Amino acid sequence: MSEEIKVTIDGKEFTGSAGQSVLDVALKNGIEIPNLCHDPRLRPTGSCRLCLVEVEGQQQPVTSCTLEIQAGMVVRTETDQISAIRQTVLELLFYEHRGSCTTCDENGKCRLQSYAYEYQLGDESLSQSLYTEPAPNYTTGNLALEYDPGKCIRCGRCVRICDEVQMAHALTFKNRAAETEVTTAFDLPLNESTCVLCGQCISTCPTGALYDRSAQGQGQAKDLVKTRTTCVYCGVGCQIDLNVNPKKNRIVRVTSEVGCIPNDGNLCVKGRFGMDFVGHPERLTTPLIRRNGKLEQATWDEAIGLIAEKLTKIRSESGPDSIAGLSSAKCTNEDNYVFQKFIRAGIGTNNVDHCARLCHASTVAGLARAFGSGAMTNSIDEFKNAKCIFVIGSNTPEAHPVIALGIREAVVKNDAELIVADPREIELVRYAKLHLQQQPGTDVALINAMMNVIIEEDLHDKDFIEKRTENFAETVEAVKEMTPEKAEKITTVPANAIREAARTYAKADSASIIFSMGITQHTTGTDNVLSLANLAMLTGNVGKESAGVNPLRGQNNVQGACDLGALPNVYPGYQSVEDAEIHAKFEKAWDAKLSAKTGLTVVEIFHAIEDGSVRALYVMGENPALSDPNLNRTRKALEKVEFLIAQDVFLSESAQYADVVLPAFSFAEKEGTFTNTERRIQRVRKAVNPPGEARDDWRIVCDIAAAVGTPMQYENASQIMDEIASVSPLYGGIAFDRIESVGLQWPCLDKDHPGTKYLHKGEFKRGKGKFHPVRFREPAESPDKNFPFILSTGRQLYQYHTGTLSRKSPAIHQKSPTGYVEIHFKDAKEYGIEDGDSIEVSTTRGKVTTKASVGTLVARGWLFMPFHFAEGPANMLTNDALDPIAKIPEFKVCAAKIRQL
Amino acid sequence: MQSKTEASLDKTPALKICESMGQITSDSLIPILQQIQDAYGYLPAEILSEVSKQTGLNANQMYGVATFYEQFHLEPRGRHTIRCCRGTACHVKGGRQIINAIKRKLNIEEGETTEDMQFTFETVACLGACALAPVMVVDGVYYGKMTHRRVGFVLDSLETVEKETT
Ligand code: SF4
Ligand code: SF4
Ligand code: SF4
Ligand code: FES
Ligand code: FES
Repeated sequence: MSEEIKVTIDGKEFTGSAGQSVLDVALKNGIEIPNLCHDPRLRPTGSCRLCLVEVEGQQQPVTSCTLEIQAGMVVRTETDQISAIRQTVLELLFYEHRGSCTTCDENGKCRLQSYAYEYQLGDESLSQSLYTEPAPNYTTGNLALEYDPGKCIRCGRCVRICDEVQMAHALTFKNRAAETEVTTAFDLPLNESTCVLCGQCISTCPTGALYDRSAQGQGQAKDLVKTRTTCVYCGVGCQIDLNVNPKKNRIVRVTSEVGCIPNDGNLCVKGRFGMDFVGHPERLTTPLIRRNGKLEQATWDEAIGLIAEKLTKIRSESGPDSIAGLSSAKCTNEDNYVFQKFIRAGIGTNNVDHCARLCHASTVAGLARAFGSGAMTNSIDEFKNAKCIFVIGSNTPEAHPVIALGIREAVVKNDAELIVADPREIELVRYAKLHLQQQPGTDVALINAMMNVIIEEDLHDKDFIEKRTENFAETVEAVKEMTPEKAEKITTVPANAIREAARTYAKADSASIIFSMGITQHTTGTDNVLSLANLAMLTGNVGKESAGVNPLRGQNNVQGACDLGALPNVYPGYQSVEDAEIHAKFEKAWDAKLSAKTGLTVVEIFHAIEDGSVRALYVMGENPALSDPNLNRTRKALEKVEFLIAQDVFLSESAQYADVVLPAFSFAEKEGTFTNTERRIQRVRKAVNPPGEARDDWRIVCDIAAAVGTPMQYENASQIMDEIASVSPLYGGIAFDRIESVGLQWPCLDKDHPGTKYLHKGEFKRGKGKFHPVRFREPAESPDKNFPFILSTGRQLYQYHTGTLSRKSPAIHQKSPTGYVEIHFKDAKEYGIEDGDSIEVSTTRGKVTTKASVGTLVARGWLFMPFHFAEGPANMLTNDALDPIAKIPEFKVCAAKIRQL
Repeated sequence: MQSKTEASLDKTPALKICESMGQITSDSLIPILQQIQDAYGYLPAEILSEVSKQTGLNANQMYGVATFYEQFHLEPRGRHTIRCCRGTACHVKGGRQIINAIKRKLNIEEGETTEDMQFTFETVACLGACALAPVMVVDGVYYGKMTHRRVGFVLDSLETVEKETT
């Protein structure tokens, strides 16, 4: 803790710490010094001059936002002199500001407006404005946001936040004096600038000058009701406030509170502008039943009745293992718990899985073996203080945008060293000391070579290895052969860069590894994860702050769905179904006979449908017809399965194959919790009323359970969480009343436990950390003469997963209308392909037509496609070959060819 | 989407300038802009984008600085720059007529350049020679006590010189 300093403000004594400003201390203690250009996320500039205060011993008033506190300082915030100055400052602002509060969307929240009232500005200053005809500006025609120079007070907050926090450097002031205006470089339209549509600029604007375009006219700030909930788009789990106009039952805009955990008021494009799906006219409003080949409206009784009849029949004919369920990383913890409980206790099989299989199954398998727990070891907030960050196989700025803010902050503000290992030239490379552009599928060779260097140069942490780990000797053997020179041949990364990376990582006081699907989605996924765990243990970078091994989880609740046992081998809390004691515990808790046999995984379920051993499939909130590898095969299975139940908010690509479709609540209509990537269990709250006859997911599951004769009854989501706490020690201390304002991080063992910021402190979950000797293996498929390219698939900032939700937003659609394939310009030239051309990409499994995006983001010989787009579905091409341990398919590498159309 | 790299202007001079700057800091911004303007006559957006890519200096900052200082120009300039005063003293002495005469003569508005790229016309708040009002400055040479007939003479003489030398 830094030194405590005492100051007197308006006659009262307060304590602050060195470096804090007078304004910080005042605001923190409830003294509202007027301010317009201040945002705690930004460096103070002292430009609006409203926060002036008198300081004893100083002649002139000083701006309190730029004034650091000093011991014994005596400050007065409101004197006649100060009031007079503030009034003049405000009058000058209104000289340029169009005071049109009656029709302004920000009415009721605008700071300028409330100060104008507080300082009782006269009519004459409110009515005279220099404002003339609105000229086109950088936001003209943009569907996400609008800038109105007539309401801009030139405080510079938007420009600064774009530079300092988002670091997109899209905005600037142009011209001087009265002609000053916010714009982009060269006045480019916003979507053609470097803007990433995070909306941070809107969030900081103190007036109505910057506003969400689609919110205009939909309700003034004073009439909007805010509901705090958790963003549904990714594993960061940003806290968002849905601003609803109660008269219209409509989400008007999304805001976030500065200071909230984990995102400090920052969001990304999806959280800020992607909520149009909630009130979308295509939402499902009644159950549908397939009659004569067509899906027709039906009542709940008909739908539930039919499901009960079919499931009972199939189970009695072919046994419980002929039924399988896909739970959902989009749904709440409570939904997932109830779903897996129904499949296990109601149906009697462990055939339950969800799409974590497709993203982080190898993480869970690998880290559980090495450390005893498969989750992110540290917290999001710790990245900004790490001395070295090693990002491998994670395109953080696109897939976890708000975490990327912390990475950039670490580098730019705190001088961390960043190493990026990625086949593509992702945006983070700009901030990196080293970019290792390894050939897709060669991660083990790269990491082993780094370990080889560390051991060779005696940089490893012998004390840590000795005291806290086991199996080190075998691992030394395994990496010995992988010299940097040998790795260079395999990975194409120069040997010296590997050496440099190894030294940088090993020498840092605290080194954090961040990884994601570039590591996991391989047939060697578990090996990749194990070698990262090796690397961290080798240098003692686990079990301490700002270090560790951090898998970033993709979907909003993929962590929770795993925690709650939507996996075929474990009950909630990663308790093995094959462990007799645990099995008995759950039979007792759930009062049912349970199967002791591990169930089938996602891809295995589809293969079992092919051979007829699975006859019924219950899919809750997933879209395998677009998300799973080798789509032709998956879709055939969806067609073939005898009875398919789809429970969703939209008639997704998968629901179109269903026999019964059940309309569910969206996240904005339900109560519950999501668990974010840093293991934080956070509240989801109801903000709007659901459409039509839609029902909450867990209630639908309970309705079905009752109809098949195994009733499960809950009053509300909170009661389900209480049951979760009673069966899963990880969540033992979680209850709704404890996470009202801030979520708790598991493990949280009992009601007095404060949650866990980082794991494995002092001791690993499994006792000793275990090294695993891992040797390099080739990917399942390599390019050859007929299929000369390596194709990788992945995410893009603007879209989410299969696009069912994000593609409903006009603002997002304007920026990211359709899919594409990235190709190096030299390869493009060879094939006579120009940027924007339609081309065909094919593999042995299928072909798709998409647009070429020509440039240097990928190296020669490689292709990259985002997988969100139904009109050019990348997963037609991907390989469904599996990692032998985690059963995760190899989305990241397959051999492909291209053809101009 | 990825960036395209089609060039219509020659980037070599810009690349040379970037190279000659050595270690780039935020203090390099103004000198770079000055040298680019010397090399190209103005600050072309596509060249600045390239400079941004080469140096890591952000394009938004370049644009902010370039629009802040009068010395920088984002549009191509004519061979001759005519600046006219719209300050109070000049205004009182009929400066407006002088401005109008120039506009009519060259058929352009304030801030524009003639199509043949001969003249760029600008107005300024005060040229600091109020005793000579109304004032016009051509390529740095002051012409005081202007009348609209003298506007014709001065501009015609420039054009004639032009024709004789070419
Ligand atoms: S939306 Fe974000 S990136 Fe775009 S201008 Fe605003 S702050 Fe910058
Ligand atoms: S748009 Fe808003 S944040 Fe930006 S300068 Fe104007 S008033 Fe300030
Ligand atoms: S970073 Fe993730 S959680 Fe945050 S707003 Fe974006 S999608 Fe939502
Ligand atoms: S808030 Fe201090 S000068 Fe604006
Ligand atoms: S007013 Fe024209 S030169 Fe000063």
